[in-house]
Amino acid sequence: MQEDRSHAMGMHSEQLRGRSQQMFFEPDAEENFVYPDAFEVDYNKRTEFDAKDMSAKETNLKIRALMQDGHGTIVVKNPMARHAMGVGILNRLNLYFEGSLGYFGVGVIDGPNVRISGRVGWSCAENMMAGTVVVEKNAGSLFGAAIRGGDLVCKGHVGARTGIDQKGGSILVGGDTGAFSGFMMQRGRMVVCGNAGHNLGDSMYDGTIFVGGSVKSLGVDCVPAEMSDPDRAWLKRKLALYGMLPAEGIDHFRKYIAGKQLWNYDNLEPSEKKLVL
Amino acid sequence: MCGIAGLIHRGKSSNIGAEMTAMLRALKHRGPDSTGFAVYGEPSQADYVMRFKVAEREDLESGIAIHQQVKDRRQAVDRRLAAIGASVTEAAEATEYALRYRFTFDGELTELARQMEDIEGVEILSIGRGLELIKDLGDADDVSGQYGLGSFSGTHAIGHTRMATESDVDIRSAHPYWAYPYSDISVVHNGQITNYWNKRRDLERCGHRFVSDCDSELLAVYTADKLEQGYSLEESLHRSAEEIDGVFTYFVATKDELGMAKDTMAAKPLVLFESDDVVAIASEEIAIRSIFPQEIDTFDPYDGEVRVWRA
Repeated sequence: MQEDRSHAMGMHSEQLRGRSQQMFFEPDAEENFVYPDAFEVDYNKRTEFDAKDMSAKETNLKIRALMQDGHGTIVVKNPMARHAMGVGILNRLNLYFEGSLGYFGVGVIDGPNVRISGRVGWSCAENMMAGTVVVEKNAGSLFGAAIRGGDLVCKGHVGARTGIDQKGGSILVGGDTGAFSGFMMQRGRMVVCGNAGHNLGDSMYDGTIFVGGSVKSLGVDCVPAEMSDPDRAWLKRKLALYGMLPAEGIDHFRKYIAGKQLWNYDNLEPSEKKLVL
Repeated sequence: MCGIAGLIHRGKSSNIGAEMTAMLRALKHRGPDSTGFAVYGEPSQADYVMRFKVAEREDLESGIAIHQQVKDRRQAVDRRLAAIGASVTEAAEATEYALRYRFTFDGELTELARQMEDIEGVEILSIGRGLELIKDLGDADDVSGQYGLGSFSGTHAIGHTRMATESDVDIRSAHPYWAYPYSDISVVHNGQITNYWNKRRDLERCGHRFVSDCDSELLAVYTADKLEQGYSLEESLHRSAEEIDGVFTYFVATKDELGMAKDTMAAKPLVLFESDDVVAIASEEIAIRSIFPQEIDTFDPYDGEVRVWRA
């Protein structure tokens, strides 16, 4: 039974090549991929509202009601660093927050383009599946925890454990990151233009990390790798897309990948296990 | 999960009681069990302010006899203070069990504290020239209202909303902790200390006193121990990040300083806002925004980071 299901999902033929997103549907149909209960929205239909005296739940319900009315561009003023704002949006949408968000900002989203003019707290965009999130100022810890796709951009500094359990997509950081960035990363790409903290890429399974500045220390099973031409092209394109391409170019970036020693950890001899850790 | 907040105004006094109440009100969801404040008013050169309790709140619900005991304990305190040479200039009771004395005293504070705590049920919450340490069960508004903090003016303060994980829900285990017997030093903490018992045994062997089983008290005693050895506040904070295991973020306030330290895993949250005249730190930005509604630039300190600000 379990085997049938994994075959139906295409997992038996899946090969881990470090590509950014796992696709269980026809690539040709990707353009038309929408949720069955998604709202028809028009990007040109713009509206804005002030969330100063609204709770997070009221704000989220208001965003949903506006999407239902066909508004494709929504501006939320004064989010006042409240937690869980703009979460669970499985729709195409341009969403602008004029201010800062608290914890779990725009978590579990699939599709919207979000721009936040302030700062975000812990776990911004955790479990994001697709879309873009651009944060203009700093971000807290656990930035992009377990994201599966999309582009997550912070133009300032981010806290510890950035991209923990990342399973796809791209995380771009304009400044520095804290300790344990890319912890248990499984797929996708992370770019840190500034310096990275201790234990970068600790216990990572797969995926790629690019760092422009210094790295305090590498975590278990994270190793330096050589930059390839497609890497440089990708890096240039992504950074330019969000206006983050450094003036001096990208030649100073270093690439880090998984050493793949932990892949078969259980099958190793006891003496070999010690070497891995 | 507890909530901690700190606020320091550089070079001027402000309505710190109301501001800290607003910050802790915003952090209520991080811990509803008890709330504590350590607020620093204009330091007095001549006298000390002592906050102490003569019973736990739940003791007062345990019979009629306790009310007489509370009176007896108060009289014992008065007698002992007079005997040791302290002259009480002002005595006020915020509640039946928590009292505030202002007194003048030239002798050794350690001896005074020891004599006081020798009385059954009496526990000193704080002694200081500017410090007033207030803690009780309930949320920020309850405690602030009960103890009349709304009109308190001062330069800096730290506060704590507690979700009890390590010890009982009572005033003894509530934060902030006073760094016995040093006047004007208080500590709030968010996290778990994993080498608590080892460290506690070490410090107890050196003669330090622990009143509760709460791991956070270790940080207050540790700070007192380091200051006794001649370390500065900043050195003490740096050493604690190395010597103490676990996940923690804590603040220490002295009569004119506010310091913070974060563990090397950066596992506990902290958001910092710094400007020329004010520094605000809290577990969540929502607390800082409760006193700065305008758009401000905040950031997360990194792992093992230590900072100290002066009032």
